[in-house]
Amino acid sequence: MRLRELGSGSRRDVLRGLAAGAALVALGGCGRRDDRDGVLNFWAMGREAEVVAELLPAFRARHPDIEVHVQQLPWTAAHEKLLTAYAGGSLPDLCQLGNTWLPELTALDALEPLDERVDASAIARDDYYAGILDTNVMPTTGGSRLFGLPWYVDTRVLFYRSDLVRAAGHPTPPQSWPEWLAAMRAVRQRSPQTYGVLLPLNEPDPLFALALQQGALLRDDDTRGAFAQPAFRRALGFYAGIFAEGLAPTMTNAQIANVWDEFGRGLFAYYVSGPWNIGEFRRRLPRERQGDWATAPLPGPDGPGVSTAGGSSLVIFRSSRKKAAAWRLIEFLSEPATMQRFHALTGNLPPRRTAWRSPELADDAPSQAFAAQLERVRAAPKLPEWERIFQEMQRAAERVVQRVQSIDAATTELDAWVDALLEKRRWLRARTLAAAAPR
Amino acid sequence: MTRSGIVGWTLAAPALVVIAVFFALPVVIGLALSLTDFDLYALADLSTLRFVGLDNYLRLLQTPLFWQALGNTLYFVAVGVPLSIALSLGAALLLNAGVARWQAFFRTALFAPVVTTVVAVAVIWRYLLHTRYGLINQTLAAVGIDPIDWLGDPHWSMPAIIVFATWKNFGYNMVILLAALQAVPRELYESARVDGAGTLRQFTDVTFPMLTPTLVMVAIMTVAGYFQLFAEPYVMTQGGPLRSTVSVLYFMYEEGFRWWNLGFASAVAFVLFLVIFAVSAGLWRFDRDPEGR
Repeated sequence: MRLRELGSGSRRDVLRGLAAGAALVALGGCGRRDDRDGVLNFWAMGREAEVVAELLPAFRARHPDIEVHVQQLPWTAAHEKLLTAYAGGSLPDLCQLGNTWLPELTALDALEPLDERVDASAIARDDYYAGILDTNVMPTTGGSRLFGLPWYVDTRVLFYRSDLVRAAGHPTPPQSWPEWLAAMRAVRQRSPQTYGVLLPLNEPDPLFALALQQGALLRDDDTRGAFAQPAFRRALGFYAGIFAEGLAPTMTNAQIANVWDEFGRGLFAYYVSGPWNIGEFRRRLPRERQGDWATAPLPGPDGPGVSTAGGSSLVIFRSSRKKAAAWRLIEFLSEPATMQRFHALTGNLPPRRTAWRSPELADDAPSQAFAAQLERVRAAPKLPEWERIFQEMQRAAERVVQRVQSIDAATTELDAWVDALLEKRRWLRARTLAAAAPR
Repeated sequence: MTRSGIVGWTLAAPALVVIAVFFALPVVIGLALSLTDFDLYALADLSTLRFVGLDNYLRLLQTPLFWQALGNTLYFVAVGVPLSIALSLGAALLLNAGVARWQAFFRTALFAPVVTTVVAVAVIWRYLLHTRYGLINQTLAAVGIDPIDWLGDPHWSMPAIIVFATWKNFGYNMVILLAALQAVPRELYESARVDGAGTLRQFTDVTFPMLTPTLVMVAIMTVAGYFQLFAEPYVMTQGGPLRSTVSVLYFMYEEGFRWWNLGFASAVAFVLFLVIFAVSAGLWRFDRDPEGR
């Protein structure tokens, strides 16, 4: 989620950053006063914060007594701001949170469990895609609890040039790794100027999706790396093999000036990417190319595969004194009708199956690949350190692809790095176990 | 204690208290923090804080990204400081010589970037440096140079940051050097001219020696400032591409406020302090014996 925003960093982001920064300073000065006035403070990020303002009039009509103040944070600075706000005791009432940040804020005990509120409301848990809802469930000493409600979802699917793939003799999307490999080889054989797939070397998500299909990445209760185990090595072997065979260019995003231009020109046939690119492809590909691209769920090792469960959730902070009002707003934003409106404004995909019944989504072919994929998504490991491990995983993969290291050396080194990083977790676990042990 | 001693301490007390509370105390706390593993878990529950001795420092020296950040920072200092001082000196000499007729105007104009906010002018510079539409690449294209991806190419990102930082900062030193130039007694130039010294000779044998103390002071301040490179990469590149613009301070910021390893980040701060201290101490030697060279 954040990678997308970082990748598309533009002057608008900087301007937004400025605005958010200035507003934050102002907020810091008047946090207490807001409390007395009964204003509900809602922090949202990037484009979503702009759009949510357009959804609010309907909420105000229903709850005239609740005044909502939306604060916009830039994605690039949001994480730091949240932690700083936690340390300074100036968190808002509710917040949009990238779902990979939930483990961190749960570790800080900053989030309010939502189980009772959800059960008492009209919101049906099983209306949510299970893999996405699971990213909001965190283990606590008192059992697993729900700490956020998904607001919109993000996952990775295949975008591909249907004309090129068809011409190479593979009219249907690949279901498995071997089928996908065969299609990429056929494309490459047919035209030496076209690569099978674009996997930007600085993007961890595609490899992460492949790795999720194979099994656990951490072991011992998420306190040690399992990257040198067969599961991850199979995924990395497949990933690095694509490069070794010359089916993917060894490029980072920085070296590809414009992905859409290159896709339209036919530099590559497949591209692993997320929902925002549906809109981008429609906007940026020339009109005569619009019939030549399609999306498909990710292939797995031997059949349809799982993908990543990203996106943003809505959470309430424990420190809030207006939890009931905050919950009203979450309820409103979680209504299928509101989610459909939100999708129309942003292109963000809704996490509830009911919301997908709108014609804009149900009749939209590119979106339907996401609907199919969302039934098969798996949560990332739930620990505060995951984001760092995720980045380091890609650096290890990059070394393998660039042939600086073998798969053996890279995964062993990665495990050693992860083990060192998670030393504190092992110590904490030992401490908890010792405290729980009978004397 | 003598009466005047008591009066002296009493008068100095408010300032000393302020220094103790806002300077000495944070430094001591920072040092103590750098000997612990203060992290996210400790933030949540202080009982998980552990004393780790010099482990943070040892780990830091084994972190490749730290060495890369130090290398990037040294690159920035080694190129940026001489460039910035040369530009300041050049501008100060021109203003002092009165070549330009609108001296007051130019002095203000050249000083203006110093008083602007980094974040605001960074937005403008991102326009200027834009690969396709930027004024800089368009100017280069006019003389037949291919467009450069200033902020996206790891080889050009640091030069772009250096140019931006130099432009932003040279006015400050220029004003100091201008003041120093105006303090050089006219008689020295007069006698130099009587002795037959040309413009160049006057500069090397009168202006430069008279400026040396000021130049050393300017150099020390600039070095100390440039070692603390942060805002420029934070706003323009977020440390990228390929970590080519991660400075030591940016590295510290990421460790401290992105990953919340405050113990480790404090260790980075102290190592950076030692580096700046060593380099500044080296520079002082130039001032102590100007004839020694």
